[in-house]
Amino acid sequence: MLQLSGVSYRYAGYSNEVLHDIDLRLDDGEIIGLVGPNEAGKSTLCLVASGLAPASIGGSLRGSLTLDGVPAAGLATHKLAERVVIGFQNPNTQRSGIAATVFEEIALGPMNLGLPVAETVERTRAAIARLRLDDLIRRDPQRLSGGQAQLVGIASLLAMQPRHVILDEPTAQLDPAGTRLVGEALRALATTGTSLLIAEHKTDLLDGLCSRIIAIDGGRIVLDGPTATVFDDPRLAALGVEPPARARLARALGDRGLEGSIVEDALAGAAS
Amino acid sequence: MSVATPATPSAPAAGQPVLATERLVHVYPGGTRAVDGVALAIAAGERVAIVGQNGSGKTTLVRHFNGLLRPTDGRVLVGGEDAVGRRVADLARTVGLAFQDPDRQIFAGKVRAEVAFGPRNLGLSGNELDEAVGAALAATGLDGEADTNPYDLGYSRRKLLALASILAMGTPVVILDEPTTGQDARGVARVQRIVADLAAAGRTVVAISHDMRFVAEAFERVVVMRDGRIVLDGSPTEAFAEAAWPTLASTFLEAPLAARIGAHLGLGSTPTDEALLAGLDSAAAASAAADT
Repeated sequence: MLQLSGVSYRYAGYSNEVLHDIDLRLDDGEIIGLVGPNEAGKSTLCLVASGLAPASIGGSLRGSLTLDGVPAAGLATHKLAERVVIGFQNPNTQRSGIAATVFEEIALGPMNLGLPVAETVERTRAAIARLRLDDLIRRDPQRLSGGQAQLVGIASLLAMQPRHVILDEPTAQLDPAGTRLVGEALRALATTGTSLLIAEHKTDLLDGLCSRIIAIDGGRIVLDGPTATVFDDPRLAALGVEPPARARLARALGDRGLEGSIVEDALAGAAS
Repeated sequence: MSVATPATPSAPAAGQPVLATERLVHVYPGGTRAVDGVALAIAAGERVAIVGQNGSGKTTLVRHFNGLLRPTDGRVLVGGEDAVGRRVADLARTVGLAFQDPDRQIFAGKVRAEVAFGPRNLGLSGNELDEAVGAALAATGLDGEADTNPYDLGYSRRKLLALASILAMGTPVVILDEPTTGQDARGVARVQRIVADLAAAGRTVVAISHDMRFVAEAFERVVVMRDGRIVLDGSPTEAFAEAAWPTLASTFLEAPLAARIGAHLGLGSTPTDEALLAGLDSAAAASAAADT
């Protein structure tokens, strides 16, 4: 379990806090979606939930982050990484810059956890297979397209088999097929007991993946509830968050006296 | 050594495409055949979206239009003239390209300086330069951030900054590589408005995107690429019609949900929410007329 209790945070060199009184509990195996307009504090919340802020980037935090009951404040960076990992918004920030091939890049995480070579290789291969990266393993990680770099970044996280994962827009650069692939990989990861917090603008992806959605605005949690409840809440669009196409069109049809189930039927028809 | 003289962007004759490729092939060192025989003609003032999987050759294709890449084979025409032999600085007067990753484009210490760099290089100065920069910042909603360091902006606004830098150059052709990445609903609406304004001013807009709703709503033509080739080219109504779904599926794309609902209800091709609701309303009106 990952828990934020009464968390407020300000960046180093700034006088104002950008997160206010955040309470968030992420149970084992749970996937929570984090939505909100740009500049609402989603990326900051990701940095705080992963322990990077303030441990690595400074700033000051009130309240607490605990990981499986252990306060993050006392943990060394490498101990923190055994419990929680973060996937950054820009995959070029994620890249180590020291690996010569994609295979090595993905293997770096488990290697740094001090795992035996055989297990490192096994986990690396499993992550590569999961995201269908076999054709890229000999490539230079610096010479990938945005979408490929993002998949490699996520594979690096999967290979660490982390207890808790924080993802900041993991599919921003991906095509629809890549987005579905990542969705399946994250769902599979959650079934092993890993908990995930995913900041995303693609509410269509979160709709099928998350049991709970948290919306933030101005650094505060403004909506928090079961996925369907939050995505059907008219306040969401007012925040500048696009509801999933399914919810948006069901409402538009409803306004015309039509059954919302038409949307589900059309989706089922498309799938068959 | 030649002295740089400010030239006016080459204006193509009426009816002549502003951008064109003929049997374009691009093979990267290492042998990847990223573009494999593309023939494409884009008329001045058109709004064209290029879609397809990651790695289908979209970015490689558009980088030929501003000379960042040169053809392995075939021809690239910009403003009716062969792009080969023209310098990048020369092509930049016609074609502005906003990169997918804004951090590969941004270098200045202040937002205003970043946006002014391009137009200044094209010879703008004084009031003219200030106006171009001011208009681009206003269009992207960054007018309050002129003195901000670009790296103090969040990713989504750095992306808009990269777009502003291209807008300020006032090029007849604007190419946007995944402009809506990381944007919230308001940001997407803003980009959509910018595309419409550019088209209204007679400028040509070419965008690469994975967001099918944005594509259907903001563009009049959709080009679908697969394995370095064009497999579908038509209006959103044509490209997202049920008959085109197998082709879309062959490259793992799906029509927007509005199109799928329209087809399910027998309303024909309704690629946008607006088209779907209009289809529903006219079907309701028709059945009401039949009842009386």
